[in-house]
Amino acid sequence: MQNVNLMAHRITVYSIIALLALPIMATFVYSLSSHWGASILPDGFTFKWYAELFSDSRFIAAFGRSLFVCVLALVLAMLLMLPTIFVVFYYFPQYDKVMNILILLPFAVPPVVSSVGLLQFYADSPFTMLGTPWILIGTYFTIALPFIYRAVSNSFIAINVKDLVDAAHLLGASTPKAFLFVILPNLKKGIMASMFLSFSFLLGEFVFANILVGTRYETLQVYLYNMRQTSGHFTSALVMTYFAFIFLCTWLGSRFSKGNLS
Amino acid sequence: MNHNAPSLPLTTSVRYKRRLMPKLNRLKPIVAVLPFIVFFYLFQLTPLFWVLVNSFISEGEWSLEHYQEILDSAFILQGFKNSVWLAFWSSLFGLLIAACLVSSLRHLDGKIRDAVVAFTNMSSNFSGVPLAFAFIIILGTNGALTLLLKQYGIIDDFNLYGSHGLLALYIYFQIPLGALLLYPAFDALKKDWQEAAALLGASQRQYWLKIALPVLSPALLGTFIILFANAIGAYASVYALTAGNFNVVTVRIASLVSGDLFLEPNLAAAISVVLIGLLAFITAINQWLVSRSYHAKR
Repeated sequence: MQNVNLMAHRITVYSIIALLALPIMATFVYSLSSHWGASILPDGFTFKWYAELFSDSRFIAAFGRSLFVCVLALVLAMLLMLPTIFVVFYYFPQYDKVMNILILLPFAVPPVVSSVGLLQFYADSPFTMLGTPWILIGTYFTIALPFIYRAVSNSFIAINVKDLVDAAHLLGASTPKAFLFVILPNLKKGIMASMFLSFSFLLGEFVFANILVGTRYETLQVYLYNMRQTSGHFTSALVMTYFAFIFLCTWLGSRFSKGNLS
Repeated sequence: MNHNAPSLPLTTSVRYKRRLMPKLNRLKPIVAVLPFIVFFYLFQLTPLFWVLVNSFISEGEWSLEHYQEILDSAFILQGFKNSVWLAFWSSLFGLLIAACLVSSLRHLDGKIRDAVVAFTNMSSNFSGVPLAFAFIIILGTNGALTLLLKQYGIIDDFNLYGSHGLLALYIYFQIPLGALLLYPAFDALKKDWQEAAALLGASQRQYWLKIALPVLSPALLGTFIILFANAIGAYASVYALTAGNFNVVTVRIASLVSGDLFLEPNLAAAISVVLIGLLAFITAINQWLVSRSYHAKR
């Protein structure tokens, strides 16, 4: 009985995982096949789609732009969030609840809705924001916010902020110094984990990039979308390259968050 | 103003400093939070506020005209209907499959469990445009799976670009998200409970109906809402799959602000407000259900 049950659980888990893995595997095979027309299995295998992809300067440029926007957005998010979370936890712990509601906003409001407001608001602004990477960096900061706040505040809970800062004070450090040299090093793992996880999330962002900026500053996802008319093998190679990158980031992120637990 | 203190001549500045220090010290933490507030305000709060205000403005005057327009337009209402239909069924199926995965996973050993969690984490990022492309490859008109199923006569014809194709796509991206949200909740189920229930003569079915489900219900309801919101707000995958030809509410909104013709940003704002209202309404029902459930009664 026990064995039969275990078998059933195994089958459930493996079949759901297989279901989830199917589109990824199929894309992978498609990206490696020379031709896959109206048949169940491809005709032959080749690396030419990847070679074509990496020799496309438009792809390299779009990838570079995506990296630039995502990295800058994350740096901005960290610069803004770390002092804020510290202040909340050290001075006003009662505001943690307020923050938890605030960070739900980027999560609860669909990106399409936010972009309607952003388009209207920044259309009349004195600086040109629409069509530039700067508006993306600002909006990406908001979507990274929930991830970063959750992860970093969890690391804050794990260390005793009050005692650490008070001890630093006793030894003659000012509060900013205590924050920089005592608290920050203790949060390193939480910061790194949330950086990698939100990075892989931001890299997949399409809605803001397409509506607010579009082809004026073509990021990876917009490039991917614009390539939809080309060969499916080529787009598969593109999807797989993107996914390999995501895989690396999530893997690094979970390595860091696991190290944080032990 | 306090900010002027450093620019005063040295002697007065020192004197001022002594008096102002306590005040300044109290202000310092606020200063550290200020940049965050500014950015959050500029990129999250004002856009929302503008959506709300603009939805009530028609030709430069306050009016409810755009809301009237939504009610009169069968096209927009159909978009809402399609969105709710997709969101409801994809959340339900997604939640069920995710719950099966998570509950079965608890019986497997640690290493496999970690690998599966890592995999779901990763596949939750496989959404939007790349996912739509992958679906076209396997389930499109000449997709490998479509051909395979056709060959064995399981299906006659499968239209990926219609409502059922979209539903399959939606369910796909709901499963990993649902699983990630349910992992911690299922940890609340203690192994001894099942053993205790079995000792007292409860069947497997009774255990699930009388013990496990009541304990899990707040988490299941909460996850359902998040999945629902996720699905109703989804845009990238529908847009990439159907090029905006399938009528869902997010496609309607986007086409009114970034389409090639018929730009009507204020109507888009009004539809957005209705969409947010709908989400708020569903969340409120959910809260009410949760408050009636097992945990609240204790």
